[in-house]
Amino acid sequence: MQNLPWIITLAGGAFFTLVLSGLGQDAAFSAHMGIIAAVLGLGAVVLLRQRGPAPAISSDGAESNGYFDAPIRIGSILTVFWGCVGFLVGVVIALQLAWPELNFGPWFNFGRMRPLHTSAVVFAFGGTALMTTSFYVVQRTSRARLINDSLAWFVFWGYQLFIVMAATGYLLGITESREYAEPEWYTDIWLTIVWVAYLILFLGTIIKRKEPHIYVANWFYLAFIVTIALLHVVNNLSMPVSLLGSKSYSLFSGVQDALTQWWYGHNAVGFFLTAGFLGMMYYFMPKQAERPVYSYRLSIIHFWALIFLYIWAGPHHLHYTALPDWAQTLGMVFSVMLWMPSWGGMINGLMTLRGAWDKMRTDPIMRMMVIAVAFYGMSTFEGPVMSIKSVNGLSHYTDWTIGHVHSGALGWVGMISFAAVYFMVPRLWGRTQLYSPRMVNWHFWLATTGIVVYAAVMWVSGVMQGLMWREYDDQGFLVYSFAETVAALHPYYIARAFGGLLYLAGGLVMAFNVWMTIRGRVRDERPIATATVLQPAE
Amino acid sequence: MTNKEIDQVTGVETTGHEWDGIKELNNPLPRWWLWTFYGSIVFAIGYTIAFPAWPMISSATTGVLGYSSRADLDAELVAAKAAQGDLVTKIAETPVADILANEDLARFARAGGKSLFKVYCSQCHGTGATGSVGYPNLNDDEWVWGGSIEQIYATISHGARSPTDPETHYNVMPNFGTDGMLAPEQIDLLAKQVASLSGIEGGAASPEGNQLFADNCAACHGGGGEGMPDAGGPSLNDQIWLYEGTLAAIKAQIERPRHGVMPAWQPRLGESAVKQLAVYVHGLGGGQ
Repeated sequence: MQNLPWIITLAGGAFFTLVLSGLGQDAAFSAHMGIIAAVLGLGAVVLLRQRGPAPAISSDGAESNGYFDAPIRIGSILTVFWGCVGFLVGVVIALQLAWPELNFGPWFNFGRMRPLHTSAVVFAFGGTALMTTSFYVVQRTSRARLINDSLAWFVFWGYQLFIVMAATGYLLGITESREYAEPEWYTDIWLTIVWVAYLILFLGTIIKRKEPHIYVANWFYLAFIVTIALLHVVNNLSMPVSLLGSKSYSLFSGVQDALTQWWYGHNAVGFFLTAGFLGMMYYFMPKQAERPVYSYRLSIIHFWALIFLYIWAGPHHLHYTALPDWAQTLGMVFSVMLWMPSWGGMINGLMTLRGAWDKMRTDPIMRMMVIAVAFYGMSTFEGPVMSIKSVNGLSHYTDWTIGHVHSGALGWVGMISFAAVYFMVPRLWGRTQLYSPRMVNWHFWLATTGIVVYAAVMWVSGVMQGLMWREYDDQGFLVYSFAETVAALHPYYIARAFGGLLYLAGGLVMAFNVWMTIRGRVRDERPIATATVLQPAE
Repeated sequence: MTNKEIDQVTGVETTGHEWDGIKELNNPLPRWWLWTFYGSIVFAIGYTIAFPAWPMISSATTGVLGYSSRADLDAELVAAKAAQGDLVTKIAETPVADILANEDLARFARAGGKSLFKVYCSQCHGTGATGSVGYPNLNDDEWVWGGSIEQIYATISHGARSPTDPETHYNVMPNFGTDGMLAPEQIDLLAKQVASLSGIEGGAASPEGNQLFADNCAACHGGGGEGMPDAGGPSLNDQIWLYEGTLAAIKAQIERPRHGVMPAWQPRLGESAVKQLAVYVHGLGGGQ
């Protein structure tokens, strides 16, 4: 019973939360604690039923490298799972916007489903992908096993528990109403504990590395972990109404609260969705291309420039608000200066392919990485443009913002994560190849078409919306009511849902492909292009 | 571990580091990248000199251009007001019938009324003012409270059955059925009688029904069901119905009538806006 300490911890946790559920001061808190108790109890039962030591998947000797890959294997599967969940909820809320009849209250109203979607995609899918790949990358580029297996399991499952707590809380109506930081105080405290453990695990592994230098991917992962800890703690400083209740109030008020929130919100994009995934790019792209990274110097300069400049850009989310003009100016100019540091990552990624461009034709995983970096470049150009006050005056509060976010999230974050999963899965399970490279290609085209449809539709509808809001007639009166601008969006919302559906379909193709790869199957199919014939002799 | 080597494909030297097979080339920063980065920094510095930017101890630098978003907004509002001249005030001061006679004022009032209507009226009356069940259509020539410009103006100003305005239009149709004022078979006959006035399916005139109509309905709806706008009694002899033109709906309305409520807009929107709305609604097609 090597799992005994875990079983006792889980059962104790289940008992504790069950007690909290009974003592809860509001119905939502009691229900939420009950759910958490059920999840922890289930975990304890699963561990109890597990006989002997956990299988180390060593039937094929994949574990002989000495790295601790067990959580990475589960993480790869969960990345795919959370991705499909997040995309599905996205399609549902897109349909809810097109047809409001699809709001099934109170649990499945748009207001509760929307944070479920954003958190499922950013924190469940993106977060699990980052955690999983960071475990993979840090061990291999440091030639060191994670410092402690139990700590790794705690970080991994602790984070998954956070995801479940956040998601179930949203549906129960528990929210701080802070964008991308909706979970209430007790969920925040739990994430803080998990995140500090993550930092110790990651940093400890880097410290005991056997390589003389720290690889650039690990700088980015470390920047992501450290900064998210800082952002999370400061933005969530709040006072609970009761220690047995689900409501808390922010320490800040008014415009200070707004600025804190957008300092957090913008840097969640900067350090979660940019820095973290750049870490992923810096490992998997040169590995897949089998080429050296283009420029060491560029990687240093753009890393430091990126992390120094990003943290100041948040005020551009509050242009033309109660925020003082000086803060708006600084938010804008820091965003403009951020353009080139962001592009440094794109250049380093694309130029790494010098001498390996033929892989674009033969290797669908490479194709995914390239389109990911291309979308990264596009959205990090669009971002500074949208931060310019006069552009923002048109774009802000419109669907343009939604389109921008999705070209980054679907194009960059999604695609680079898919590529990383496709890279890792055969290696983690000791398979010689994926079940089907052609299905990776299908996934590539479904996802790319989905993104293009989505982003193009949102640009058009966003610009239209912005123009309608500000249109005056020759007598100086507004031409459109707000309701008319909403009605005008209907066809675009349907088209957007279609784009999302294509993206979701791609995710399901990936789930099948990954599952069959894990089972050790190989699909009987023609190889892509005529790779061997066209390979240059160099 | 520093094994610098020359990359065969590009001819560039590596840095000599290697991690899990990944090497790095020692390429310099791309020039265009570096100069664009410098350019953006120069722009940023210039912009922060021109605009309010640097926080000091108790305030921030104001920028050499003297820009302020609040001052900008004030200026824009003043300019927008100036562009509309004194028309807003003039409309408030002019009797509503005289606005129609003054083409400049009327044009302005129609435009303003159209914009206001979308924000305040379309929720009930529809964006095209076509109304819906319980909410009158404003495009036709039937008016519950009268269709002259003065009557429309009075209706918008004070509303109908508005609890906040003592001058509001007010009337109540009795609950003939639920208060036991008429027997069920009488209501049947009466509903058929009303339906017959406009040829609704199932309608049938009868001497008894006619008598019931004269006793109970004519006071507000007129002897022939032609309606009495001064009392707010809708006409019953045409195809325009507030609560659907079917025998069943007529019967339901006699048994236990529904009554619409319209807010009094004068206190909320002010004199000029209400007059603009009156002119706009009057011009929709049914104004008398």
